[in-house]
Amino acid sequence: MGDLSFAAVLSAFWLTIQLALFSAVGALVLGTIIAVMRVSPVRVLQMLGTWYVNTFRNTPLTLLMVFGILGATYTLGINLAPSSINDNNFRWAVVMLSVYHAAFVCEALRSGVNTVPAGQAEAARAMGLTFGQTMSQVILPQAFRGAIAPLGSTLIALIKNTTVAAVIGNQEAAGLMSETVENQGSSIGIFLIFALGFVILTLPLGLLFTSMSRRLVVKR
Amino acid sequence: MTEPLVVLKGVNKHFGDLHVLKDIDLTIGKGEVVVVIGPSGSGKSTLCRTINRLETFESGSIEIDGKPLPEEGKALAALRADVGMVFQSFNLFAHKTILENVTLGPIKARGVKKADAEKRAMELLERVGVAHQAQKYPAQLSGGQQQRVAIARSLAMDPKVMLFDEPTSALDPEMINEVLDVMTSLAKSGMTMVVVTHEMGFARRAANRVVFMADGQIVEEAAPETFFTNPTSDRAKDFLGKILTH
Ligand SMILES: Nc1ncnc2c1ncn2[C@@H]1O[C@H](COP(=O)(O)OP(=O)(O)O)[C@@H](O)[C@H]1O
Ligand SMILES: [Mg+2]
Repeated sequence: MGDLSFAAVLSAFWLTIQLALFSAVGALVLGTIIAVMRVSPVRVLQMLGTWYVNTFRNTPLTLLMVFGILGATYTLGINLAPSSINDNNFRWAVVMLSVYHAAFVCEALRSGVNTVPAGQAEAARAMGLTFGQTMSQVILPQAFRGAIAPLGSTLIALIKNTTVAAVIGNQEAAGLMSETVENQGSSIGIFLIFALGFVILTLPLGLLFTSMSRRLVVKR
Repeated sequence: MTEPLVVLKGVNKHFGDLHVLKDIDLTIGKGEVVVVIGPSGSGKSTLCRTINRLETFESGSIEIDGKPLPEEGKALAALRADVGMVFQSFNLFAHKTILENVTLGPIKARGVKKADAEKRAMELLERVGVAHQAQKYPAQLSGGQQQRVAIARSLAMDPKVMLFDEPTSALDPEMINEVLDVMTSLAKSGMTMVVVTHEMGFARRAANRVVFMADGQIVEEAAPETFFTNPTSDRAKDFLGKILTH
């Protein structure tokens, strides 16, 4: 397989994993905030949350990625790592992956919120808990446990979507693959190596989330 | 009557075009137990929910212990902490143990220390007879046990007044009495209570007054014995005729 070394594949997948980890945390935090906005009693926040989900769920990720470099970095001058082009590319990729998948996290969480009977939120309010306390103590813990399956699907989609970061010059798995193909011509072997890498990343996660969603379900 | 604790004056509320509460005037004295009775849809639940502002209202005023109901935010949360509420469907927090259900309010809304909150919670669970279930989850308890936990959870906040919205309507018949017994002893201990219920035995045993509602209005108020044996309004006569035949 020519010059494609095992070390190069590993380091490309290491970048894939880093992209996925940082973006997953970003998407989870942002998605939770948007979900709370959407279920809050404040109309303006609800509308903002709805706007966010509709906008980012319906914008192609590639477009967001390219905007991070061409729009934000070059046109608007928002450079996230002025001393290093690679770091700027990486950080914009994390930002855009987070922003994009937050919309899906939000919707997964909202489906989880719907598994919590409305009476429990009412009981929490009636005993004098504030909206924030009702969310953090009563609604969200159950919403997360009720949304593990769709959250897992979102994480797996996110891992696969890290490949889009290649379009702005990140040398993660897909970046290395297209470079290898350009230099050495395509072969089924090269394709299989990278496909296998993603299966190794995502398959155990899928199994883990399925078993977690069964174990952590809230008994009613 | 004793010193007034809950005072409603000319309260009106609509759901869209539906006028659910019509000029409600009601005063509940400290330590008084008031049973609210009336046909389904007459506005009894809405009345309870309006008293602790789970519902808004358009005109009139509601005061609790001399203070008007705050509109929103922290002040409203503080007021709600003083008004206990027990629901028809228990509404225990499904992901928390029985003990955690009872300590959550005191710890979060009152800032009580965890150890103190747990000690008090165990006393209350003992009082309602479910102390041995403290480490279980709500789904592991019977309906009657869950409702007694819900009462303990309300009591843990040391409320000034407790609202009960048909607390036994969702229970199997054999569990109704264990909940009514807890409520009766609570009434005897001097708790101020507003109880929506059709349990006449409880009303006779524990209530100072029965308030009869129909179509969003308070139609009649009387001592329990007087109301059940000698109702004055046609609506009340008609209603009692229907529930007594069951
Ligand atoms: N959230 C709501 N939105 C619209 N209508 C409601 C709502 N809650 C109750 N109602 C209506 O208000 C009336 C009074 O309801 P409720 O207070 O629950 O009566 P009760 O508890 O006496 O059966 C009913 O006609 C009911 O359909
Ligand atoms: Mg009702």
